[in-house]
Amino acid sequence: MWVVLTSEAWPTVQRQFFSWFHFRESFPDVLSGFWLDIQMFLVAEVLILVFALVLAMIRSLRGPAFFPLRAIVVTYIDLIRGIPMLLLILLLGFGVPALQLSGVPTSRIFWGVAALVISYSAYTAEVYRAGIESVHESQRMSARSIGLTQVQALRFVIVPQAIRNVIPALLNGLVSLQKDVALVFVLGVREGLAEADIYNARTFNYTSYIAAAVLFLLISVPIARFTDWYTERDRRRRQAMST
Amino acid sequence: MSVPKLEIESLSKAFESKVVLSDVDLKVDPHDVVCLIGSSGSGKSTLLKCINLLIPIDGGDIRLDGLSITSGEVNPNQVRQEMGIVFQAFNLFPHMKVIDNITLGPRKVHGEDRDVAEERARELLDQFNLSEKADDYPDRLSGGQQQRVAIVRALAHQPQLMLFDEVTSALDPELVAEVLNVIRGLKESGMTMLIATHEMGFARDVSDRVCFLDQGKILEQGPPNELFKNPQQPRTRQFLQRIVEAGRL
Ligand SMILES: Nc1ncnc2c1ncn2[C@@H]1O[C@H](COP(=O)(O)OP(=O)(O)O)[C@@H](O)[C@H]1O
Ligand SMILES: [Mg+2]
Repeated sequence: MWVVLTSEAWPTVQRQFFSWFHFRESFPDVLSGFWLDIQMFLVAEVLILVFALVLAMIRSLRGPAFFPLRAIVVTYIDLIRGIPMLLLILLLGFGVPALQLSGVPTSRIFWGVAALVISYSAYTAEVYRAGIESVHESQRMSARSIGLTQVQALRFVIVPQAIRNVIPALLNGLVSLQKDVALVFVLGVREGLAEADIYNARTFNYTSYIAAAVLFLLISVPIARFTDWYTERDRRRRQAMST
Repeated sequence: MSVPKLEIESLSKAFESKVVLSDVDLKVDPHDVVCLIGSSGSGKSTLLKCINLLIPIDGGDIRLDGLSITSGEVNPNQVRQEMGIVFQAFNLFPHMKVIDNITLGPRKVHGEDRDVAEERARELLDQFNLSEKADDYPDRLSGGQQQRVAIVRALAHQPQLMLFDEVTSALDPELVAEVLNVIRGLKESGMTMLIATHEMGFARDVSDRVCFLDQGKILEQGPPNELFKNPQQPRTRQFLQRIVEAGRL
């Protein structure tokens, strides 16, 4: 840091990356693009949390009757986690609209968000599954013993306890998704990063990227702090309970 | 001759290659109280879980009111509603208030309205001197209170048969009596019960018949007076001898 600030190159660095003028010039467009990032992020996150939970619940069902369903979910999770997310975004975002199927949306935003949901759900399902497995077997037995079906036992007894155990992991996923929405930029969607890029292409100044970075940080740092605070509080509460 | 409430015929169960129950025969008549005794690892818990269909059996037959419940033709969820089971470790749902622990089954399984289910739950809690605990979370209750709530929860769907699995083993000694008294009360009311227990004094008082389980087999059974005073099998004698030495009979 000190080396950069005192080097002879500093004035150039400052002009190229930290120009107040360019910051102000680029900020309105970057901000409005970033607003699209936020919207995509919120929609995707809600869908991911719900879809991943359904996947994890199916994967936790026992007995031969559920084998086909379980096999489908396991295959889905393995496949999706094995593909780079960027590839999935390109495949869906450019590929599906190019098919020009009737009744199928052609919006790149739609398919970009769909790719994020598909990809993140596979990871998030595994987070939920770890939570489900962390709930003691005896809870499942008690739930079954009062007549609940497997799905009811999961829904009313296991999952509420499981979620509490994985909230920090889910919050980490939230931070990471909030940044990864910017990947739909490769589809030509004019979100925050795209606007910064366009400004840079026009002016050859990089300050617009800094403006975008600041906006992403404004969201992700508070969530990261909250995650730490929550994890610590949860740890202390558990300690208090076990003594 | 009435039909037995519960009838078990040559039941066998193994975990992987380890045989845990072999050729178990057992009959419990309506309103009878049968105690299962035997050292730890003899298969008591496994037997009770098999009866409640919580784990699948490998062979044999279990009949409830003369109807086979292990033939695969009945709905296990319906069978479980005919029975209540209470475990050693209470197993209350920690994220729910006492009242919700009790009404969950009636509401979700029987589709009872919340009002109706809660009213009945409060009556039950009142009966077991737990009414002021209705709105607490389980971790606020003593072990004895938690276990009594677990019993109330198992009773909430009006079972015909109660299964108890060492329900006092996890309790501090001074809390044991309150739970045993609840079970005595159930006997008074005519409940059919199968009770796995290490409390030999209690088994002697409360049961119509005692079964000694050893390495997955029912080695000996009979009225408590006969079995405790005059055990026929050397293994039973050995087991009771150890219990007496431990000062528990
Ligand atoms: N889920 C299981 N998997 C493998 N072995 C088990 C399982 N449950 C019980 N066992 C074994 O079965 C035997 C009987 O256990 P259990 O029924 O709990 O006996 P008890 O209740 O009389 O102490 C023990 O040797 C135990 O290790
Ligand atoms: Mg046991």
